[in-house]
Parts: sequence; C-alpha cells; structure tokens
Amino acid sequence: MKIPQDRIRNFCIIAHIDHGKTTLSDRLLEYTGTIPEREIKEQVLDMMDLERERGITIKAKAVRMIYRADDGQNYLLNLIDTPGHVDFNYEVSRSLAACEGALLVIDASQGIEAQTLANTYLALEHDLEIIPVINKIDLPGAEPERVKQEIEDVIGLPADDALLISAKEGIGIKEVLEAIVKRIPAPKGSESEPLKALIFDSLYDPYKGAIAFVRIAQGKIEPKQKIKMMSTGKVFEVTEVGIFSPEMVSTDSLSAGEVGYVVAGIKNVKDTRVGDTITDAENPATEPLPGYKKAVPMVFCGVYPADGEDYEKLREAFEKLQLNDASLFFEPETSAALGFGFRCGFLGLLHMEIVQERLEREYGLNLITTAPSVIYKIKMTNGEEMMVDNPTNFPEPSKIEHIEEPYVEASIMLPTEYVGAVMELCQEKRGIFKDMQYLSEKRVLMRYDMPLSEIIYDFFNQLKSRTKGYASLDYELTGYRKSDLCKVDILINGELVDALSFIVHKEKAYARARQLVEKLKEVIPRHLFEIPIQAAIGGRIIARETIKALRKNVLAKCYGGDVTRKKKLLEKQKEGKKRMRQLGKVEVPQEAFMSVLKMG
Amino acid sequence: MDTLALYIHIPFCLKRCGYCDFNSYTQLEYVPSYMDSLKREISFYSSLKRKITSVYIGGGTPTVLGERELSSLIDAIHKGFDLSPDLEFTVEANPETVTAGKLKVLKEGGVNRISFGLQSLKDELLKAIGRIHTAEGFLKKYAMAREAGFDNVNVDLIFGLPGQKVEDFMDTLKKLAGLSPEHISCYSLSVEEGTKFYELQEKGQLLLPSEDEERAMYHSARHFLQENGYSHYEISNFAKAGRESRHNLVYWTYGDYLGLGAGAHSFLDGVRFYNAYGLKDYIDRVKARGEAVENRERISEEEQQAEFMILGLRLVRGVEKTKFFERFKKDLDLVFRQALEKLKDKGLILNEKDRVRLTERGLDLANEVFVEFLP
Repeated sequence: MKIPQDRIRNFCIIAHIDHGKTTLSDRLLEYTGTIPEREIKEQVLDMMDLERERGITIKAKAVRMIYRADDGQNYLLNLIDTPGHVDFNYEVSRSLAACEGALLVIDASQGIEAQTLANTYLALEHDLEIIPVINKIDLPGAEPERVKQEIEDVIGLPADDALLISAKEGIGIKEVLEAIVKRIPAPKGSESEPLKALIFDSLYDPYKGAIAFVRIAQGKIEPKQKIKMMSTGKVFEVTEVGIFSPEMVSTDSLSAGEVGYVVAGIKNVKDTRVGDTITDAENPATEPLPGYKKAVPMVFCGVYPADGEDYEKLREAFEKLQLNDASLFFEPETSAALGFGFRCGFLGLLHMEIVQERLEREYGLNLITTAPSVIYKIKMTNGEEMMVDNPTNFPEPSKIEHIEEPYVEASIMLPTEYVGAVMELCQEKRGIFKDMQYLSEKRVLMRYDMPLSEIIYDFFNQLKSRTKGYASLDYELTGYRKSDLCKVDILINGELVDALSFIVHKEKAYARARQLVEKLKEVIPRHLFEIPIQAAIGGRIIARETIKALRKNVLAKCYGGDVTRKKKLLEKQKEGKKRMRQLGKVEVPQEAFMSVLKMG
Repeated sequence: MDTLALYIHIPFCLKRCGYCDFNSYTQLEYVPSYMDSLKREISFYSSLKRKITSVYIGGGTPTVLGERELSSLIDAIHKGFDLSPDLEFTVEANPETVTAGKLKVLKEGGVNRISFGLQSLKDELLKAIGRIHTAEGFLKKYAMAREAGFDNVNVDLIFGLPGQKVEDFMDTLKKLAGLSPEHISCYSLSVEEGTKFYELQEKGQLLLPSEDEERAMYHSARHFLQENGYSHYEISNFAKAGRESRHNLVYWTYGDYLGLGAGAHSFLDGVRFYNAYGLKDYIDRVKARGEAVENRERISEEEQQAEFMILGLRLVRGVEKTKFFERFKKDLDLVFRQALEKLKDKGLILNEKDRVRLTERGLDLANEVFVEFLP
C-alpha cells in the first residue's frame, strides 16, 4: 500500500533536555499503533544505554508511522530524531534539512531554553513549518500563557494556536498528529528527476557495512542501482533499501519525499558522511543538496591506556567506535609521562566525554586522559604560522610573535535572579558582554563572546551550579582572536611532566598553577624522599608545593596469627603501586592526571 | 624428630582495651566449656610426632583463669605433647589478674617465662587507653613474679598513644629498665578497624602524636635500651643477652607452629590453617570433630619464599642466605635479585655476604621493603 507523496509528512522534534521529546515520541508511536504500548521500553528512539542514562539523544534516528487522520485518509509520518546537544549542531542541521516541519516542544513551567532557541532558529533557516507544543500542562507549576508569550517575544512566532499537551498523561496527542497532517507541507520534488538523497545519519552494521539513513529529495532509489556519493565521487551498488518501522524493514524502492535507509556494500561510515548527497551514478544530478560540511573536531585531548599493555586494545576500540562516528578523530601520540596513546579530536566536550565513557564501559578499558585543548593559532617570530592542539607542541615563548585562540558567541538563558552570578562567572572566564534581552519578566538571554578554551574548562558545570541548574547554554564558533596566553609546565621532583602542561591566559596562570600544585600534593602519595612540585612558565617557577618524605610505614606486630592478615595489607599496598605511573623516581596515581581537568 | 612451637589462646578479658583488636571476649560464662574444648583439642593433636620446643599461652588474658583452670590446662599440655627438656614456656599476664597463688601454679607447672602487659607507667595514659591496672599495681605484681622465682620476664609497652609525649614514653622506659626485666617489647600503636580507637579516629577525636614524635619515641627507645644492656633483635623487641623469645623466633624464622583455641593460627608442613574465631563456633566445632579448623591454605613455594623474607627481615640480624638455601634449594640473591637491588638503592636494606637485613631506615619503613618480596 503505497501512500502518495502529498500524504507524506516529514518532521522532527525540537526540545530541550527533559522537556519531553522522548515521551512525546513514544506517545505518537503508540497512538499510531506503530509500536504496541507494552513494547515501548521507555525511550525507543534513544538506543544506546549511555543516551538513556543521560537522557539525551546522541545520534539521530528515524521512525515511520501510518496515521489515519480525521479526513479519513492514511498519512505517512516520518519522525526524524535530532541530537539535542550543542556539540552536534551540524548533525542537527542535517536532520532538519530532511524535514518540512518541526514540533517545538517546550516545558510549560520551564519555558524556552538556549538550545531550543538555537535549534528553532536553525529550523527557521531551513524554512520548516514550526508547530509550538507546550508540554507538561498537567504539572502544578505550568504557565502556558507565559510560555506562549515567550514564544512570540523571543522567537517571533505566533503562538495562539500552540498545542497544550501532556505527553506523560497522553493529553492532546491526537491534536498533535492532526496538526502535523494539516500544517506541515508535503514534501516537494519529483520522482522523475535525477536522484538526490540527503544522508542525515549512518550506522555501521557488521554484516551490511555502513548503512546510510536518507531523505529522498528527488528521484528514486532501488536495489541494483549504481549510486554515487557526491562529495567523494565514490560509486556503490545498492543491495537493499528500506524504511524504519521502527526496526529496519526492506522495501522495493524509496522515492521522492520518503525517508529510509540504503545498504550498498559501503565498508566505512566515512563514505556515508552526514550531509552528503547520494545521486545516481549513471544519471547524476548536476548539483548536490546544499549545506554539506565535513565535521571538524574542536576539542582535543590525549587518551592513554592506564595499563600500557592495553594500547592495541585501545586502538581497536577507537577503530570500532569510528565505524559509527565519522567525526571522531584519532592518531597515535607518545607522551614521556604516559607512554603510547592517542591524540583525539572531538566535536565538543560532551562528544569527548561520551567517547571516553564508551571506551571504558563497552571496551573495559581503564584510561588516562589529558586536559582538553582547543586549537591555537601561533604566529611565530619568523613569520610562520602553526596550529597547535597539544600543549606539548607549543613552541618556546621567545619564538612566539603572538597567539590566537578560538572564540565563541555564547548564549545563556537564565532566570533574572542569577544575572549577577552569571555575569561574574563569564567575567572570570574572560567573557566579553555583548547584550542582554528580557525574554519575559523573569527570564533573560545574555550573549557573551568567550574563548572556547574557557568553555571547555568546566564552564558548563559552573554555570549549572551557580544557577541551581536553571541556566541553559548554547555556543557557536565565531573565529580566532589574539590572546595573551602562555604555557604552564608542571615539574614533579624537578622533572617536567608533559602530560600535565596546559595553556592558560597570563592573568590566570598563577591561580591555576597554584590550584594544580596543591591538588597534586594531595593526590601523590608520600615517598621515601621529599618531592617538590613546581609550576613554571618558561624557566620561571610560579608556584611550588612540597610533599614531605614518608618517615614511617611499618607493622609493629607480626606473630603467628598475623601473617595472613598482614600479608593482605601488604598486597593491597602493592596493588596500589601497580596502578601508579612511574615518572622518574616518583610514582604518580592516575588521579593526578585527571586533576588538571577538574580545575575551575 | 621435627620440632614445633605450641600456642594456646585464651580469648577472655575483664574489659576490652581501646586499641585492641585481638580475638577476645568479656563473656566469662563461656570459660568452663571453652577450657573443656581446649583440652579436647589438645588431645586431638597429641598424636603429632613433634618435639615441642616452646609453649606460649596468650590472649586475651590467660590470667583471668583461676588456679584450677590454669593447672588443669598445663596438665593437659604435659600429657598431650612431647615437651623438650629445655622448653621455653611463656604465659601472658595482666597485672590486675595476677595472684601469688596463680604464679605458684604456673611455676609448678613448668612455666618459666612471664610476659606482662604493662603498656605504660603513666596512670593517666593507662586509664585513657582502657587498662584495668595502675603503675603501682604492676610494680607489685612484677615483684611478686620475681619472688615466685620467675627469672625470665617480658614487659610489653605501647608508644604513640593519644596525648603521649616523647618524655612520657622515655620516662616509662627508664623506670622499667630500672627493674631490669630480661625482655622488653615496644609496640608502635596501630589503630585497627573494629576498635574503639578506630571509631574515635573516624570522628577526628583521636589525637595521636605526630609521625615525627612517634618516630622520635622509637629511635630514643632503641638508643636508650641498647645503651642499657638490651639488644634490639626484632622491629619491636629488645632482650638481654640470650633472652630473646624463643617462641616468637620460631615465627620469624619461618618454623612450624600449632595454634590451639579460638581463632588461633597454625603453620605446619607448608599449610596455614586457623580455627573458628567465635567462642560458640569454636566450642561447637570441637564438640563435633575434636578440632575447630575453619580454613586451610597450602602456601605455594613462591609465597613461602616471600613470607620467609617478610618474617625474617623483621629480625635485626636479618635473613641468613644459607637458611634460605637450606629451605628452598635456591639462591636468595637470584630469586630476589630485582627487589634486593631496588631496596639497596633506596637505602632500606643491606645485602651482605651471608645475610640480608634492614638498615636503620628500613626499620622505620619495613613495609616498603616487604612489598617488594611479594610475588
């Protein structure tokens, strides 16, 4: 039963974390009978455990529903899920490009958040029809009228006909489906034109290879067809196409307006890059769909196995992760302190944390990671320019003409009562105030220009804690600016520990150095000798702590009945030593390397 | 015939001391049935073809037992085991519970060494750590033991007690040395889980001397005792010439020993085993099968070599290389080449031609040495 193109609706849901995107998706699937209620395991669309735990969607997915509308007709609805985090902005934009409309879901008591706003603007740029949906109206703190006003004031969308629902209670679900059918336009594009399919996501399957998730903009795709990736020119032969219902089900073909998947013996997800256009190899389109960008890592860090013997295991784990994550970058790196490991690039901090967590959880690896770094642009005195993403590769201060660092425009939404606290934080983080806009009597939007490096240094956690979790953040890279930066080195027992070096603004160098040496003093156990811990810029020591020598470690009694127990104590001590890294004469626990990350 | 050291545990005290984590109980109503079990356990092991070179009755507090209980226990030991003619027979004593009558029973039973738990000669400290005796009480009982004819007496001290100053400890030591006991043990306080001290420490209410003060006590004690005719022969033990505890030397030279009573450990033919700890559990097991072993473990050759070193290095004279070779048919220097080199570089051990021993610094940091020998 083929549903004609004029009865297809492709849409996504824009929502802030916890505003109810997943619950609403589940209700839509239930209402349309796509999945029986009992089979919905909380959140169908978020497939990874990690996503479920964090309540966020990392990778976009799609699901197809058939809805019999009030007009008696069957409609085909494709819900394309979007990642909800700033690190995955580009992926969001590709998902939006695959849709004609979006549900803007806003919590009736929380109001609009920074990320929602950013994604709504993105949706408007793509000419999407936006349907405001105010969720959780059943809760005591609900203020739908205030939220409507916010939608009008902040986004500039008429909100009179915003839908008032409670996804949790199942209130207003039918109205949402009717609105999708009535207000979102059917996809355009003709089946007879040359094929153009937008890749909005991909998945690696060990048997089928890289599977591209596509929206057909025009033309038709079917098995045995030769297809071409327009960004690389690579040609593949289609072996299977299908739809998401929500598990993958093969079909005869996919044609203009439809959403589905394509299998074509593609070995690597690098060949199914998000944003790329698939066309027919024999009858190619002249132009690809607009907006393709190669994902560029913005945050870098070193990842090392805690046990040097796990190096190969780590490499294999990275390779496997990369099968599904074309934006993950890694290359071998060696550190004097940490041995063999990898330099890794991520889209942002969350992306970094997710990858690290998956490596530890899914691959059972114990990792040491170095402090995240951005890419610095260094102009040398000899006129050369270099890009540095690792403090270790920083040139000598005397050879540096000046340094530039990436800046972002940060948008922060928060209740008015925290404006003072957030201004203070942004100032501490070298933010330059741009403007402030009242969203309502109680909420404001503040905009700051801020170095990306400050954002990756604990900014989000600080923001959350200083606003009791009420602030939301979004940021966008705006370019490079000159900064007065320097590299701080850490010396333990007189020896430089490369993995602990960090780049910092000169004005903050002293405070951060102090904080770090104090922390190191806490976490490094006492040795048989005194250990100086120093922080230095160039050759100049700017902070110092001393770990006193261990003077006593002896069991006073050991008689016949004590041997077993005392030996256990000694074994524990030995186990502890095993987990340490030997740096010169000093044994340093892994925790020490983590402490650089935790500096405020 | 192979030799064996015999340990008998009396797990009863009138009161628990704040620092003590030994297996001991204040439910004295169990004493009669416990003593019966002990005697049955003795007879169970009496088939062992071993010459007993030392007997050590420890606790707990063996002197909480009455004269009759003591004498029947000693009788059972004599009946059950083949005792060497030059047997060292030690009984631990709490000054408060010692009486002339009990001393007489012990003396007549062949006990030839008394070990007093004194801990300090400062009454405030004694009270603070939960001891039931006073300094004066100890002096009286010490004299009583001498009068009863005991010419081999040990006195236990603890240093590093809450609020204790270096001078306090040295004062105790000087007074004690004035009495000229044959043997003195000086134990550095260690706060063990499950004790009252541990609870206090967790709450931040245990004000212990600093590490520097604590080490000063140890170093001063060592110096003082050596000047006054005591040789320092084990980390915590000092003795006049020829008065080292022969029983304890068996532990440190990795000899075989049999421990009887609740929670007592044994090491026999390379197997380590121990009895049930609880009174009732111990009594029930003995009732059921004549012994009360809760767990046995065969110690591998590799583990034995490590234990040989860990125990032997507690002795100031160290581990003799020939003894190691006799036992394992392997060269100590080869087996532990890496560890020995590393520890020598750190200045914690001396590797001499015939022996390996701790340096003075090694005595303070013995655990740092011991871990290197673990497999």
